[in-house]
Amino acid sequence: MQETSFLYIPLLPLIAFVLNILLGKRVFKERSHWIAIAGVAASFVLALLTLKEVLNGRVVNFDLYTWLSSGDLKVSVGFLIDPLTAVMLIVVTTVSLLVHIYSIGYMHEDDGYYRFFSYLSLFTFFMLMLVMSNNFLQLYFGWEAVGLCSYFLIGFWYEKRSAAVAAKKAFVVNRFGDFGFGLGVILIFLTFGSLHYNTVFRGLASAVGQTVNILGIHTDLLTVIALLLFCGAAGKSAQLPLHVWLPDAMEGPTPVSALIHAATMVTAGVFMVARTNPIFNASPTAMTVVALVGGLTALFAATIALVQNDIKRVIAYSTVSQLGYMFMACGVGAYAAGIFHLYTHAFFKALLFLGAGSVMHAMQGQLDIQKMGGLKKHMPITFWTMFVASLSISGIPGLAGFFSKDEILFRTISSHNPAGIIVWLLGTAAALLTAFYSFRVVFLTFYGNFRGDAEVGKHLHESPNTMTLPLIVLGVGAVAAGFVGIPHVLGGHDNFAVFLSSVVGHPTGEGSVAKEWAVMILSVIISLTGIGSAYFMYIVRPDLPKKISVSFSAVHRVLFNKYYVDELYDIVIVKGFYWISNNILNKVVEKTVIEGVVNGVPSIVNWIGQRLRFLQSGIVFHYSTIMAAGLLVMALYVLFSIWKTL
Amino acid sequence: MALVNRRQEGLIKGIALVVSVFTMLLTIPLLRGFNKGTAELQFVEKYEWIKSWNIQYYLGIDGISILMVLLSALTAILCVLISWNTVKDKVKEFFIALVLVEGAMIGVFCSMDLFLFYIFWEAMLIPMYLIVGVWGGSNRIYAAIKFFLYTLVGSVLMLIGLIILYVHGNTFELTKLMTLQIPYNLQLLLFWLFFAAFAVKVPMFPVHTWLPDAHTEAPTAGSVVLAAILIKMGAYGFLRFSLPLFPQASLALTPAMLTLSAIAIVYGGLICMVQSDFKRLIAYSSVSHMGFVTLGIFSLNMNGVEGGLLQMVNHGVVTGALFLCIGIVYDRTHTRQITDYGGLASVMPIYSAFFIVFTFASIGLPGTNGFIGEFLIILGGFAKSPLAAIVSCSGIIIGAIYMLWLYQRVFFTEINEKIKGLKDVNALEIAILLPLLVLVFWIGVYPETFISMINTSVTALIDRVHGRAVRDSLTMSEAIKNLSHLSNLK
Repeated sequence: MQETSFLYIPLLPLIAFVLNILLGKRVFKERSHWIAIAGVAASFVLALLTLKEVLNGRVVNFDLYTWLSSGDLKVSVGFLIDPLTAVMLIVVTTVSLLVHIYSIGYMHEDDGYYRFFSYLSLFTFFMLMLVMSNNFLQLYFGWEAVGLCSYFLIGFWYEKRSAAVAAKKAFVVNRFGDFGFGLGVILIFLTFGSLHYNTVFRGLASAVGQTVNILGIHTDLLTVIALLLFCGAAGKSAQLPLHVWLPDAMEGPTPVSALIHAATMVTAGVFMVARTNPIFNASPTAMTVVALVGGLTALFAATIALVQNDIKRVIAYSTVSQLGYMFMACGVGAYAAGIFHLYTHAFFKALLFLGAGSVMHAMQGQLDIQKMGGLKKHMPITFWTMFVASLSISGIPGLAGFFSKDEILFRTISSHNPAGIIVWLLGTAAALLTAFYSFRVVFLTFYGNFRGDAEVGKHLHESPNTMTLPLIVLGVGAVAAGFVGIPHVLGGHDNFAVFLSSVVGHPTGEGSVAKEWAVMILSVIISLTGIGSAYFMYIVRPDLPKKISVSFSAVHRVLFNKYYVDELYDIVIVKGFYWISNNILNKVVEKTVIEGVVNGVPSIVNWIGQRLRFLQSGIVFHYSTIMAAGLLVMALYVLFSIWKTL
Repeated sequence: MALVNRRQEGLIKGIALVVSVFTMLLTIPLLRGFNKGTAELQFVEKYEWIKSWNIQYYLGIDGISILMVLLSALTAILCVLISWNTVKDKVKEFFIALVLVEGAMIGVFCSMDLFLFYIFWEAMLIPMYLIVGVWGGSNRIYAAIKFFLYTLVGSVLMLIGLIILYVHGNTFELTKLMTLQIPYNLQLLLFWLFFAAFAVKVPMFPVHTWLPDAHTEAPTAGSVVLAAILIKMGAYGFLRFSLPLFPQASLALTPAMLTLSAIAIVYGGLICMVQSDFKRLIAYSSVSHMGFVTLGIFSLNMNGVEGGLLQMVNHGVVTGALFLCIGIVYDRTHTRQITDYGGLASVMPIYSAFFIVFTFASIGLPGTNGFIGEFLIILGGFAKSPLAAIVSCSGIIIGAIYMLWLYQRVFFTEINEKIKGLKDVNALEIAILLPLLVLVFWIGVYPETFISMINTSVTALIDRVHGRAVRDSLTMSEAIKNLSHLSNLK
């Protein structure tokens, strides 16, 4: 491979975007996908070649040009290709390519066909820039820019009010996270004098133990930096308390949900924590926070997923929950396990979304799983692939999800971190729920009798080849992707972790072989229990769910309404700030106080002027009287002065 | 132009265009001959003007002013073009006023003699007052008078400061005044007097309330000149006069200035959220953005000042573009109420694409110019005062909220009956917006072109502020001596 040929990996999708956005409407029209697919397919091939080079031990750190230089600040547009980047390149280009192909069928006959493919290409470009960056500023650039594409794509059907609102919400909630991220980047520069990863990580030793004064409290500097960075990660990866945007993001077309809101963009937070792992390693406090937030989110989102009826929302909460797992791993220092889960999750979660899209396609846009049922015989490919994906996410041995989830749970319980055991409990509990809600969807959608409109029921059909082909490919991934990381106890070599170890190191903590077996067996039992109870409730005793939801109506209501977090934010933040801005700032401060003074001064001047007018009455008698009075005063003054000197 | 018959509107417009394009052409040798390596004045023109008062016609350009001169020249062309078909009443007078404004604003940025500067500064006011008051919206008279009086009060105080400086140094020449040793207390007094004029122009909180009225009521070209150039004169004033002439006072008053800037950023943003008038919202966003500029300037370090200077250009480009955009659509609908719009993205797709780029530039998305400026400013601000920087940083969240909410209400959702069938932008309008679009990405992706022009001058300025302050650090007794010196002046 040429020295700089990796530059084409992001460049080709960018070219595809430019061509499509300028010429798509008039020239390419319904053939727009060719340009986009050509771009991302070429990137995919180059990514494979790059992976091969990196496997051979090559690492590239290359500055293209100086982006910004001011005073001591000097940042390049630069690229770092190492094992972590190589993995991300494969994930991004693979899923992107498959989603591109899938969209040919899914977006067929949509008015914004060329626009859709332009945005997909643009997203792919920014995402690749993000993972290939060699410095914090370019990371931030890619970070916000993928948010921009997410905004465009969530709001793709912008005539729909809900879509427009969801797009804005996603961007703004992410801005809350980026507020912290941005400050973190600034603190990094002020501490290390550089924003390039290498320089920063090399200078870490000197910053250990430094404190920073925050509103009078001395806090460990690296902890502050790590937590600020994590703030951004929590926003992008939809962790508590910034998770609210992701479920709403389902307003976008389903291929977008698969690509951006499951496989790639939302995992950027995990990537960032893994990329900056030396900083996190230097702060045990920050690590504990990451692990706990991850664990709590994993369980929290899983409970919500139990009762949702919108098929995409169930999968969305599932994504939030699975991202929680990845942060759990990072929080206990097992970054490789986190990235491993990121990689397997990309396959089975993209598959679940695309499968859901295929179901929607057949159901003419219906999303409510209560109105589905018995689709198995009408759409066998969709059924089987989604079934495999659900087995994979539930952690059935041999499938991709099993290896990565098991690795995470084992790493948490064997970690030195005191929070490890709590996190393990949270993760295990979430695993039970994951298996349950995943199969709840499968059983309600594909088994039993059809419960929807009779008219819709007549036209149930399998999706076209362009849509089923990606499903099959991802299905293979959901089965086999885990084979690169089979742990030693199962006779494997843990190749994935070894490959990444040069970037993320080895996880700390000791775990015996017996413990590893115990964790593994327990999690298998748990996932089987989850699937089994879903089978019991939705196949054997379909009357049961209703009864349970009635007898536990309070719990059900809280879960169904997502713990009322959105309502809380709406009252406290959205309405609260609007009220303050409108009533206090706009009406009192601006209109009454400031404008009162501004308009008041001329009024006072005017008032005085009106009074002074009387002095110029134009009557000679008045003037002479005043003159006489003046003379008298002056004469008295002179006399007084003379008298005083005497 | 004054000689042309008022019926020959085409000729008048043509002359205005030729003049503004010629001015732009004149800036090309400026750009090519500009030496980035020196902080000295370049392209100096110096003539005796009023000998008895030692006043000179003294023009020059350095890194502080070059970008503003270029921006002024570009803005003038765009303003002529946008008014081409939209101004139908008193065409002759309008274009005369526009060309006068251009002359005065370039004069302001080039004057190196304080008296000459003051003349240009005030000269700009009159045509601007007319543009707002004659060709403005329904509430134009109020807005124009408010604008005039507000700025006049500030200018008069600056005039007093100018006279004090003259009495002190017996010259109006900036370079000579800079060699003066001005006692600390006198610096403080002068700083506040000049501050009055500059703060009103910027505008800083709480003397900003002329801006929403003037910007909103002005005709499109007027709003663009106000937003892109006129309010930059205040920030430029700080950089050109306040910092180098009164370095110690500037350093001492930094906390107050940073506080006002941070308030402006957050306050301006929150006020934006509740606006129901399209144009007024953008006008208020200027208060917030100019807060960033002053925050950067009073960080008094390289990153902050360079960021501030760059942000002056950025704000000129982006807000200028947004006002042009509003003008384009206002010309078709004659309404500025946000609720009268909706679904514009389906009706005017090309227009919407332009608008979204400028929206995200205004929000400061990386890759656009807004990001570069804001990042440098917050970086510089953080080094000076972490608290001010953190508060200001929340401005970028608020910015995203009000701009995206605006975009949602105007461009997304179902098509409002009132805007059905509007024509998308025509070739002329695209030609007007395109250069600004290019600048948005140019500065965002390769800011080096612009930063390298201002770098040397900013370095010199920073050195001067800090160098002087250290050398002149005063003891208490000296300060008291200076107090008596001040009273001698009277």
